[in-house]
Amino acid sequence: MLDLRQYNSLGEALRAALERWPEEVCLIEADRERENARLTYRQFKQAALPLARALQEAGFGSGARAAILMTNQSKWLISAYAIFFRGGVLVPLDYKSTAAEQSKLLAHSKAEYLVVEYHLWRALTQADGFGNLATRVVLVTEAPAGADLAGAKRWEEFRDAREPAFVPRSKKDAACIVYSSGTGGRPKGCVLTHENYLEQCMALTSLYPFWPGVRYLSILPTNHAIDFMVGFIGPFSCGAAVVHLRTLRPEYIREAFTRYRITYMSLVPLVLKNLERGLRQRFDELPRSRRKILNAMIGINRALTRRRPHLRISRMLLPQIHKAFGGELRALFVGGAFTEPATLQFFYDLGVLVGNGYGCTEAGTAITLNDFKPFRPDTVGKPLPGMEVKILNAGAEGIGEVAVRSNTVMSHYLDDPEMTAETIVDGWLLTGDLGRIDASGHLQLFGRKKNMIVTEEGKNIYPEDIETVFEGLAVKEYCVFAANYLWPVRTMTGEQLLLVLHPEAGKTITKDLIAEVSDRNRRLLNYKRISGYMAWERDFPLTASLKIKRGELAEQIRQSLDRQDVVPL
Amino acid sequence: MSTLQDTTERILELAARHFKVPRAKLSADDDFFKKLGINSLQALDLLTRLEQHFQIELPDYELQGVSDFRTLAERIQSRL
Repeated sequence: MLDLRQYNSLGEALRAALERWPEEVCLIEADRERENARLTYRQFKQAALPLARALQEAGFGSGARAAILMTNQSKWLISAYAIFFRGGVLVPLDYKSTAAEQSKLLAHSKAEYLVVEYHLWRALTQADGFGNLATRVVLVTEAPAGADLAGAKRWEEFRDAREPAFVPRSKKDAACIVYSSGTGGRPKGCVLTHENYLEQCMALTSLYPFWPGVRYLSILPTNHAIDFMVGFIGPFSCGAAVVHLRTLRPEYIREAFTRYRITYMSLVPLVLKNLERGLRQRFDELPRSRRKILNAMIGINRALTRRRPHLRISRMLLPQIHKAFGGELRALFVGGAFTEPATLQFFYDLGVLVGNGYGCTEAGTAITLNDFKPFRPDTVGKPLPGMEVKILNAGAEGIGEVAVRSNTVMSHYLDDPEMTAETIVDGWLLTGDLGRIDASGHLQLFGRKKNMIVTEEGKNIYPEDIETVFEGLAVKEYCVFAANYLWPVRTMTGEQLLLVLHPEAGKTITKDLIAEVSDRNRRLLNYKRISGYMAWERDFPLTASLKIKRGELAEQIRQSLDRQDVVPL
Repeated sequence: MSTLQDTTERILELAARHFKVPRAKLSADDDFFKKLGINSLQALDLLTRLEQHFQIELPDYELQGVSDFRTLAERIQSRL
């Protein structure tokens, strides 16, 4: 791989990679059974440089902000490289959020340039707040002939054959602004530097190396910190290849494993559990005799891999299973949310390594990762090289808030010094998660200190982001809480949100009011919905600017109400 | 050729059968994630079922942001 210590920016490192492995394949893009594109590093460069030059001609230079709003595909990475080549700051936006949310974050980022897929662009032009955007150059990919692009340009035609000028950046300059939340409330735009990414890449590849010939299957959104690192920067800095699928249907993902002989893939717990369910079902359908043999082989594999994995032995003992995963798979990475130890153990016993880790966008992807030396499914692994992890205010059992200090920790939240100061204290990033470091140095998680939940799909939901949907309810005031924030429990799964309602003086909670709450709740995306409500009689504690003092209110609720007081919706 | 209304009706019937909910509970303007209480994987499953029925291909990326039966029906209708 490249020695990343030599480079000051992602642009520099990527440029070196394109020169180092010109004949290696870096990108494969498939749509169902069709292959749309297959590019070598040389061809990738040939596709990106004319775009970089056209950006240069459009005034794009050092520190300019460009957003990308696309599903996973080759043009995502080509555009990102052109942006970095010209010294730009990339704003990766979530293609899965609504157009109104995308529009809001786009405005917050003040990005002047936008690269967007046609269908997402069409939705964006119809969303509220579209007129207020600061974007002045919009490049739309794959627009049908004759489509009305509302003033945007076609990505495919936005090129200039002349050589573009490379714009150097320093390590401490911003590389990306990544939104970790704030679609409904206060936007959290994590400003991550070139150093953050280069350090993270060195740490991750020291545990899970890439090399030419390795193929990474990219299904998590590239806008997400994990895929951006493991499905772009990591493989590119090692001469490896990224495989994009334009469909996420499970049958095509399964097929891609064998067709492209995938080495690594990242997924969220929801998909991993789905995979587990499918395999268990297939095991159950086996005739009794074959099932017995399979169980025996799994037992032998478990015994032989107790201390550390032996991929070759596992592939020999359980050939059918490994063949279904393409035969070359070295590890799956799971992240974005907490994964149940039983699921991790299920795969480990089959010899399919699932590297579970823990991290957050603010820390530049991963903080800890399982290294299988030995496998510890009850933990999220050890801190990655270069990560200092400590537990703040640890109680008798050693459990406290997880704090991290490293060169991968973001610079700040965009335009929010107050929130930055609350989150990074004396150089330590406060994660808001509760954990303990055991005797062998593994981190175990036990719940959250912060008022938020994470779904199995890896979505972080903050109450502040969904409260607006209840605006105008016929009550004096209301507030949304994560149930486990009010009443801490030692779990990271099955988290729920609930609504606290304070009726007007002399009024009670009526059936009509609850019908209204249910109706409003349905307007939220399924994973953002509240699951119950509680009545509260006293005035909420407020700040001078009339914001709810959530911590104080939570304390009051904790003292007088219990989980049993929650009325399910 | 079937009309948009026919297509919508057919989608609602198929969705009701696939996720075992009474057809009468679904209407064209419903958000299928919310009404059916399904996650993104289950929604993809429904799309595959609809593709088989209508014998068309619906690219996932074209359906980003589509969450109500009516828009889904329009997208399908444009391919019939």
